[in-house]
Amino acid sequence: MSEKSKPKTRIPMPEQPAGERINNFEEVALGYSKEAALAEASRCLNCKEPKCVEGCPVNVDIPGFIKLLTEEAFKGAIEKIKATNALPAICGRVCPQETQCEARCVLGKKGEPVAIGRLERFCADYERGKGGNVSEKAIISEVASEKKVAIVGSGPAGLTAAADLAKLGYKVTIFESLHKAGGVLSYGIPEFRLPKAIVQEEVEYIKSLGVELKPNYIIGRVKTLDALAEEFDAVFLGTGAGLPRFMGIEGENLNGVYSANEFLTRVNLMKAYDPEYDTLIKMGKKVVVVGGGNVAMDSARAALRLGAEEVDVVYRRGEEEMPARREEIKHAKEEGISFRLLSNPIRVLGDEQFNVKGVECIKMELGAPDESGRRSPVPIEGSEFSLEAEVVIIAIGTSPNPLIFKGSKGLSQHKKGTVIAEAESGATSKPGVFAGGDVVTGAATVISAMEAGKKAAKAIDEYLKKN
Amino acid sequence: MSYKILKKEEVAPAVHRMEINAPDVAKAAKAGQFIILRIDEKGERIPLTIADFNPETGTVAVIFQEMGKTTKQLATLSAGGFIEDFVGPLGTPSDVRKVGTVILVGGGVGVAPIYPQAKAYTAAGNKVISIIGARNKELLLLEKEMREVCSELYIATDDGSKGHHGFVTDIMKEILDSDEKVDRVVIVGPPIMMKVGAGVAAPYDVEILVSLNTIMVDGTGMCGGCRVTVDGETKFTCVDGPEFDARKVDFVELMNRLSMYREEETAAKEKYEHKCKCGLH
Ligand SMILES: Cc1cc2nc3c(=O)[nH]c(=O)nc-3n(C[C@H](O)[C@H](O)[C@H](O)COP(=O)(O)OP(=O)(O)OC[C@H]3O[C@@H](n4cnc5c(N)ncnc54)[C@H](O)[C@@H]3O)c2cc1C
Ligand SMILES: Cc1cc2nc3c(=O)[nH]c(=O)nc-3n(C[C@H](O)[C@H](O)[C@H](O)COP(=O)(O)OP(=O)(O)OC[C@H]3O[C@@H](n4cnc5c(N)ncnc54)[C@H](O)[C@@H]3O)c2cc1C
Ligand code: SF4
Ligand code: SF4
Ligand code: FES
Repeated sequence: MSEKSKPKTRIPMPEQPAGERINNFEEVALGYSKEAALAEASRCLNCKEPKCVEGCPVNVDIPGFIKLLTEEAFKGAIEKIKATNALPAICGRVCPQETQCEARCVLGKKGEPVAIGRLERFCADYERGKGGNVSEKAIISEVASEKKVAIVGSGPAGLTAAADLAKLGYKVTIFESLHKAGGVLSYGIPEFRLPKAIVQEEVEYIKSLGVELKPNYIIGRVKTLDALAEEFDAVFLGTGAGLPRFMGIEGENLNGVYSANEFLTRVNLMKAYDPEYDTLIKMGKKVVVVGGGNVAMDSARAALRLGAEEVDVVYRRGEEEMPARREEIKHAKEEGISFRLLSNPIRVLGDEQFNVKGVECIKMELGAPDESGRRSPVPIEGSEFSLEAEVVIIAIGTSPNPLIFKGSKGLSQHKKGTVIAEAESGATSKPGVFAGGDVVTGAATVISAMEAGKKAAKAIDEYLKKN
Repeated sequence: MSYKILKKEEVAPAVHRMEINAPDVAKAAKAGQFIILRIDEKGERIPLTIADFNPETGTVAVIFQEMGKTTKQLATLSAGGFIEDFVGPLGTPSDVRKVGTVILVGGGVGVAPIYPQAKAYTAAGNKVISIIGARNKELLLLEKEMREVCSELYIATDDGSKGHHGFVTDIMKEILDSDEKVDRVVIVGPPIMMKVGAGVAAPYDVEILVSLNTIMVDGTGMCGGCRVTVDGETKFTCVDGPEFDARKVDFVELMNRLSMYREEETAAKEKYEHKCKCGLH
């Protein structure tokens, strides 16, 4: 088929209608049927020099798996993906494809790019439906090793490093401070975007590779990093960027003001939306969410599902500048969330009972570009306005949790709190200690954390062979 | 993961002491630290101070008062049972070193956290004067144990059924007014008691520490739910504390924040008690 005869638009993703889904926590995007997947797959030109692959941080063989898909060789397709991406059910759902693989697809020049993420999800779900992950187990290396590796943190970086090292035959132990593994995948990203059952399946799969998981185990409290480095032959730090930032404005400690981390942890990890769970959560008719990233979108949409009637997202730049995935912004709009762009909170207002009653904001305009190249917002004098709110959720960013440094020496950090590590290997200033994911880059993406975990696993293998 | 309950006893009406098998916690614990537990998959995470710990046997003791849903449910468990999650030690340990003379003031279940501190301060070579109090003598905790690890022990009860008829802070003031040269005061108890105590001790030339009991979720600094204002700055109780310089703590905010879920808590407790009565539980 020539390029011309291919449909310019992609097969739409079936979704729960907005009016329905705001009343439940079930998945919004329902996934392609086999027919839809085959039709979408047939749009791919199978490029000789596929640009899409360059856009993927782990270089999934995109034309390769799509070709197998068109041949209905589903098992082969998923194996192809899993050769470089251990968590396709997750990436297919949450990767910012529009800035990665799909952004480079040649079809995007004249029409819509191939829906690579959706096809990836389809393959992963198809395999899961068939009892899943079977193909992978066979890949475990026969080479048994006496060497032990400790992984700190069970987010995508830690899980990926653990899986790769276990497959190479190392004895791997993951230490996780929370009671459940998965990092942000478990406590941050809501059920309606990423069902927790999928995350737990991935965790179970990694355990099936012989990886030991120790939850409720905080490095820096139960044991220092120094002690861990002593006990294990190598250590990988995938502790993420979990420390919430606050704005430092008046009224921020009023009852009803949450960090997005607290709000989402209560909702996702502790299942506050399920009446069977004891978790408490404060909800109101009116909710203000501050921020413009995925975290802000997730908070706003979760608040809506918990019964809020009006949710305002307050963001200091414009829509173009919002770091959230386009799809999530679109979903949020469909669900009736309003956006107060070019606005910034300056004060949280409270009543005599110390409860939040509103947020005072100021309008902003975009000034000269800052170091990041983005135009920085400046307040417009005299443009203050107030929004009513009983709950305010602050989603303005996070930085690495410093607990890991407690009682240990020799691990260099940047001023912002991130660990300094070599880009290719993840090697840190501390011998035998590697790091990757959000703890090194600051808040980024699932796939980049996985890529870092992968590279570090390779580097750890090389390091251990030498030492 | 689950953690076995090795021992359980009711040490005062609706106050229980539990010993739990948690070797990793026991090995790392220090006075002033706490744990967070979650009874089962559907449970809340609640913080409790480490009341005692033994690195050799791998046991950790907590003493808790039945307050709402979670502590009531915890009280129904017995030796041989299990707790799903038990994480710790959390918080910055008390800054125990030789300072000279230390007054430890504990009210209600606040006596429980005072006990490991008394042991540690005594071991560090301090003169330890403890003042423990409760509403009445039945509710008084750890009198015998405390006597063994302090130089002097005073008792106060609200109803006068034992010791001084009045507040622990009355005795504290008397000592501060006496010739005794006091270097540090540590106050642990209900927020209102800590606030009042801090106010009483403030005019004296003495260091005053309080151990704050904010609402918590993770206990690792990742949620900010436990934030308090200390010296005009926001701090996270679970990592920066729980001990702070009492003179700098915004107690009004602390107490307000503790009331955040009052309605929801009452509803949860009523629902739980109703379930228990129906025998559906
Ligand atoms: C709400 C939200 C929505 C997001 N949406 C998207 C999205 O749609 N697409 C996308 O690509 N990315 C998204 N991200 C970003 C993405 O989730 C992260 O970049 C990614 O999870 C980082 O992975 P990580 O493995 O580095 O760390 P994390 O996932 O943060 O995991 C770190 C783990 O380490 C544990 N830990 C920390 N300190 C210690 C310690 N001292 N001892 C033991 N354990 C410790 C933590 O408890 C945690 O489980 C989102 C993030 C959030 C918060
Ligand atoms: C560092 C720290 C150490 C503590 N040590 C002890 C101890 O040794 N013994 C003891 O009996 N109690 C202790 N507490 C208090 C204990 O955590 C609460 O009593 C318990 O969480 C109440 O839960 P509940 O469901 O039974 O009651 P709820 O009905 O939920 O609440 C009853 C009261 O407890 C407070 N509370 C509720 N949830 C929390 C929470 N997650 N964290 C803190 N307070 C909460 C509320 O403000 C309310 O006034 C400590 C608290 C902290 C922060
Ligand atoms: S892993 Fe992410 S970026 Fe790579 S192909 Fe899949 S969806 Fe695209
Ligand atoms: S660039 Fe687009 S059309 Fe070409 S191989 Fe990749 S997905 Fe297919
Ligand atoms: S309890 Fe979450 S930051 Fe302290």
